[in-house]
Amino acid sequence: MNGEEFVTLSLTPLLIGTFSAIACALPGNFLVLRKQALIGDAISHVVLPGIVVGFLLTGAISTWPMMLGAAGAAIVSVVMIEAIRRLGKIEPGAAMGVVFTSMFAAGVLLLEQTDTSTVHLDVEHALYGNLESLIWLDATGWQSVLDPQALAGLPPELPRIAITLLGVALFTWIFWRPLKISTFDEGFARTIGIRTGRLGLALVIAAAIAAVAAFDAVGSIIVIAMFICPPAAARMMTNRLETQVVWSVFFATVSAVLGYVLAGYGPLWLGGLDAVSAAGMIATVSGLILMICAIFGPCRTRSGAPNSN
Amino acid sequence: MLWDALALQLGYNATLVAIGSTLLGVAAGITGTFLFLRKRALVSDAVSHATLPGVCLAFLALVVLGGDGRNLIGLLAGSAVSAWLGLLCMNWLTHNTRLAEDAAIGAVLSVFFGFGIVLLTIIQSLGVGRQAGLEGFLLGTTAGMLRLDALIIAIGGAATLILVTIIRRPMMMVAFDPEYAAARGVAVNRTDLAMMGLVMAVTVIGLKIVGLILIVALLIIPPVTARFWSERSDLVVLLAGMAGGLAGYLGAAISASTPDLPTGPIIVLVSFGFFALSLLLAPARGVLAAVLRHVQFQRRIHIRQGLLALAQGQMIYEPLTLRLLHRAGLARADGVATDAGRARAAKALRDEKRWEIVRADLTHEATAALYDGLRDIETVLTKDQIEEIDLRIGGPHGIQP
Repeated sequence: MNGEEFVTLSLTPLLIGTFSAIACALPGNFLVLRKQALIGDAISHVVLPGIVVGFLLTGAISTWPMMLGAAGAAIVSVVMIEAIRRLGKIEPGAAMGVVFTSMFAAGVLLLEQTDTSTVHLDVEHALYGNLESLIWLDATGWQSVLDPQALAGLPPELPRIAITLLGVALFTWIFWRPLKISTFDEGFARTIGIRTGRLGLALVIAAAIAAVAAFDAVGSIIVIAMFICPPAAARMMTNRLETQVVWSVFFATVSAVLGYVLAGYGPLWLGGLDAVSAAGMIATVSGLILMICAIFGPCRTRSGAPNSN
Repeated sequence: MLWDALALQLGYNATLVAIGSTLLGVAAGITGTFLFLRKRALVSDAVSHATLPGVCLAFLALVVLGGDGRNLIGLLAGSAVSAWLGLLCMNWLTHNTRLAEDAAIGAVLSVFFGFGIVLLTIIQSLGVGRQAGLEGFLLGTTAGMLRLDALIIAIGGAATLILVTIIRRPMMMVAFDPEYAAARGVAVNRTDLAMMGLVMAVTVIGLKIVGLILIVALLIIPPVTARFWSERSDLVVLLAGMAGGLAGYLGAAISASTPDLPTGPIIVLVSFGFFALSLLLAPARGVLAAVLRHVQFQRRIHIRQGLLALAQGQMIYEPLTLRLLHRAGLARADGVATDAGRARAAKALRDEKRWEIVRADLTHEATAALYDGLRDIETVLTKDQIEEIDLRIGGPHGIQP
């Protein structure tokens, strides 16, 4: 494959996939440590009704209303989970289960009731995105990377996810100390004056923004996988949070690149079938990485704790 | 139209779907209760997503072997195998690595589902037409439901219920107190696995009607709904079964009575409707009951404080207190006590003095702990004890309530 084809067909999906993976993995580190890993799962389910409502209000597949709808739905779901948990005195897991399944069902129902036959909006698309179709038609080769005219034809998902990644990285960098302290010892964090409640909410919001932006580009399955698998695998490699974050970024990048390449070219190497779903393959690769780390990782067991069996 | 559907008069297919959904709802509600009480409700999410690769692999195997890829029994068997594998992976991750259960659930869910989607795209590229229906397992399809499908659901549901009846006691014990159960000789790990196995069975038989993403709702929402209405575990199990069954029946009827209403989502939304009603209206645990309790408590405080003020000859400025006293006939609208009000006020003041003695006396320590400013002293002390306290107070006697 020459440079021209690569830049046109593969460069942008690769970058979008990698950026999405890292943007989700960064907050994922803290969510996994705080035992809130399933928030990514919940968010990626509830954005469906938000997107459909955004579509219904504008009547077209335009990005901003749908992103706003998705963000609104994510906030509604967080409020509902909290309300049900407190008003009904129900454990958080079950409250989450009630809310995200119901909202997903509402989304599916809305989608089936609307006439979306003319536009590309269906449940399958929401689940596994269309990473492969985010190609850069204006590119003619590597020289296009410096050509402003060609750059204007970039798929809009790329700058959007790049900005999101930048925002999430900034958030992690600025709040690194309070995040780290409140994740490991919330009581101590409160005594030294950290507003742990607000910080926790900010973390969830950052995760939601990353999820919505990534969802827009690559579908919900990558979002769930990238929130959990790279940080979980990184957790098996080290006992230091700094090193864990670096590992998780590395694993996220490897999953995205390797997954995309395997999905695009793997079937061709095996004998001429069409390409398989890149989103699914990225999730699968991240799972394989997690498996390898869970079996061989140097810090895989709970240190000091007796085996719970 | 809806009545026809509810009376199962909308044709053969609609009747099959209604019966199937009802049975599925009952089985899911009852099984889900144990999961919910064990505080592992979201495990069902991992189990259900982990069925997808199994369905696809079974389809591929059936096609390779030359059979019809859409054989429901074969597909369900495949989904059961991969769901079980997912469950074992999840258990292994939580027991043998440092990962918490939620991370293990999320990892299994996303990786199995992602791999399933890879397989799904492989099937799509193999040849269009033959795979029609596999996507139906994502969200459920009831359009082409056959008698055999309904039969499989009925038999599967009945088998699940029989198994639940047999092992309900160890499951309940493990759900409430695993340590105690282990001390009594219950194999906690094996009971947990059995519980998950039942959840897996419900998931597998529910694939056809509601699909793998929404079956989670049927396992979680009815138990949460039932929990509002009772504090007894066996009653919660039965109520959850009823809520699930009713949601399945109503949902199927509503979706049959209107064209283009997908069955799975409607069942879930009906179920959520029951949940919302319970959250608001349930006695004791509902929101409305809590609000009423709060208002009643507020009234008692206001009346009590008002009476104490009257007894000490203080003016009452608080409008709510005045209104409550007036409505109870204890004071006039301008805040002057009526005869009944004066008697009650004297009694309230006297009680307050009695409590003061009780709280200062170490021999009454246990009783004093019950003081909250509202409790009538007659409910915690005997007549003799109160008389003895009155002797210590001295002063005028003969105040009766």
